[in-house]
Amino acid sequence: MGLTQEHDLHRRRWSRNLGVLLTLLAFVALVFGLTIAKVGGGDQMQGFDHTYRVGIDPDTRIPEAGQ
Amino acid sequence: MSDMRAEIAGESGTGDAGFGDYVALLKPRVMSLVVFTAMVGLMVAPVRLHPIEALAAIIFIALGAGASGALNMWWDADIDRVMRRTAKRPVPSGAVEPGEALGLGVALSAMSVVMLWLATNALAAGLLAFTIFFYAVIYTMWLKRSTPQNIVIGGAAGAFPPMIGWVAATGSISLEAVLMFLLIFMWTPPHFWALALFMNSDYEKAKVPMLTVTHGRKATRAHILVYTILLVPVALGTAFTAIGGPVYFALALVLNALFLIGAIRIWRRPEATAEADKYAVEKRFFALSLAYLFGHFAAILIEATPWAEQLATWANWGAVTWG
Repeated sequence: MGLTQEHDLHRRRWSRNLGVLLTLLAFVALVFGLTIAKVGGGDQMQGFDHTYRVGIDPDTRIPEAGQ
Repeated sequence: MSDMRAEIAGESGTGDAGFGDYVALLKPRVMSLVVFTAMVGLMVAPVRLHPIEALAAIIFIALGAGASGALNMWWDADIDRVMRRTAKRPVPSGAVEPGEALGLGVALSAMSVVMLWLATNALAAGLLAFTIFFYAVIYTMWLKRSTPQNIVIGGAAGAFPPMIGWVAATGSISLEAVLMFLLIFMWTPPHFWALALFMNSDYEKAKVPMLTVTHGRKATRAHILVYTILLVPVALGTAFTAIGGPVYFALALVLNALFLIGAIRIWRRPEATAEADKYAVEKRFFALSLAYLFGHFAAILIEATPWAEQLATWANWGAVTWG
C-alpha cells in the first residue's frame, strides 16, 4: 500500500480535524465577543455575578460627610 | 510500518471516528429541544441580556445537555446495543470508544458549567451542573434500570433548560420558571409512554423496566390518561401568569383538548385493536405530543413580543366596550 493512497480513514480524520478546528475557532470568537459584551456593558456592574453596585451610580450615591 | 497498516485497516479500534460521530454522541435532536426551550426561558424573562451573552448562555446550556447525552451513551452502551432504535449510536456501533465518550462527556460538562457561570451567573451554572448530574447519575445510572417510574422522575432533567434560561437572565427562580419546568415535567411521561407502547419489544429485550414491561400496556394506557389530566391545569394555568396571555390561552385550549382526547382514545383502546392497526393512534399521539410542547413554548415566546401586547390591549378594549 502506497503512503499517498487515500483511505476512508484519512477522510474521517480530515473531517474530525476540520470539525475540531472550526469548533475551536467558534469558541474563541464566542469568548472574544463575550469579553467585549462584558467590558462594554459592565460599567455599572460590580464586576462579579451581575451584582449592581449602588455606590457607583451618581443618581443614588449617598453624599459623604463634608460633600 | 505494521502499526500504520493496522491503523489504516481499522484494527486499532480508535482514532477512526468522524466528527459526525462525536456530534451524534451529544444527541443533537434532544439538544435542539433544549436549545428551543432554554431560548424561550431566556427571552421571556423580564431582564434582557446582551445578545452575545444570551447566545453564549444558550450554547453552553445546549453543550451541558449534550455532555449528559454523551455520559448517557457511555453508561448505556450495553442496552443500546440490544435495542433496535439505539443500536446505531456511536458507542454500540463501535465508531467511538466508550472511554472517549466518557472523556468527552466529563470535559464538556465541566466546560459548559464554568462557561455558563462566567457568561451569566452562579445560580444558572449550578442548575446546569445539577441537571447534568441528575440525567447522567440519578436517571441513567440509577432510575432507568431500577424502577418503572424512571421516566417520571428522570423527566426533571429535560424540564430544567427553560428554567436555566430564565435564571441566566434574571439571576433568580420565579413562579414562571417553575411553571415552564412543570410543563415539560408533566408532559414527559405521556410522551415517553406513548413511545413505549409501540416500541415495547425494544425495552423488553434490553430488560429496561419501562411501565409497559413491568405493569403491562393496560396500566400504561391508564397512566398516560392520568398524567395528561394532571398536565392540563399546569398548561392552562400558565396562561394567567406573566408569561401567558390571550394567544397562549387560545393555543393551549386547542392543544390540551386535542391531547386529552388523544389520551382518552389511547386509554379506551383494546390491545388487539392497537396491534391490528400497528399502533396508529399511539404513533399519532406521540407526534401530537411533540407539537404540543413546541406549540406551548412558541406561544410563550409570542406572548413576549410587542405584537402580543398590542393584541392584549385590543382584547381588553373589546372586553370593556362590548362586555
